Amino acid sequence: MTMNEIPFWADLLGSLLLISGSLLTLIGSLGLLRLPNLFTRMHGITLGNTLGLGCVLLASILIASIHAGRFVFQEVLITLFMISTSPVTTILLMRSGIYRKRVEAGGKTAERQDSPNPG
Amino acid sequence: MNGMLPWAISFALIAVALAMIFAAIRLLRGPAAEDRVLALDTLYVNSMIMVLTLGIQFGSRFYFDIALLIALFGFVGSAAMAKFLLRGEVIEP
Repeated sequence: MTMNEIPFWADLLGSLLLISGSLLTLIGSLGLLRLPNLFTRMHGITLGNTLGLGCVLLASILIASIHAGRFVFQEVLITLFMISTSPVTTILLMRSGIYRKRVEAGGKTAERQDSPNPG
Repeated sequence: MNGMLPWAISFALIAVALAMIFAAIRLLRGPAAEDRVLALDTLYVNSMIMVLTLGIQFGSRFYFDIALLIALFGFVGSAAMAKFLLRGEVIEP
């Protein structure tokens, strides 16, 4: 572990990215705790966590590249994976929330009319 | 140990731990099942951020693999639970 080889600009930039990423994550989770219903909670947590994870991944790329002496790009894999899979979970949860809310409002006879080809 | 990076790492660990506590509170007292699934997904992403921060602190590349595995299993679990809430079963014939 060679922590004292980090130049000043990488130290400053990495610290800034780490602090902003963790603060965004904290704000997103605070929104998850404080906001009133499911859809606003989903909004807050999606924005906060995705941006926080992006900042921490950028800091990790920077510090690992400085340590290794070359460009380390394996964290791009996590970024691509989260970008491609996070909307799937969010869309499924949102449709589930809308559907169950409609069922609770209209009784058990309310069926899905607007999804002829559900996936 | 020069620079402000260790302080930033400590701050980030404390903030992410606090965020995980918030998500756990929402997981325990969520009114609907969707809130709990959303809180569990948030807990997965927060733990991934914490593992990445620990990887920065210790300068090891093994933490990247742990974070990738957490992302994979978190997506599979959250998608399965959301699909179950939506349709009543996970894998449909």
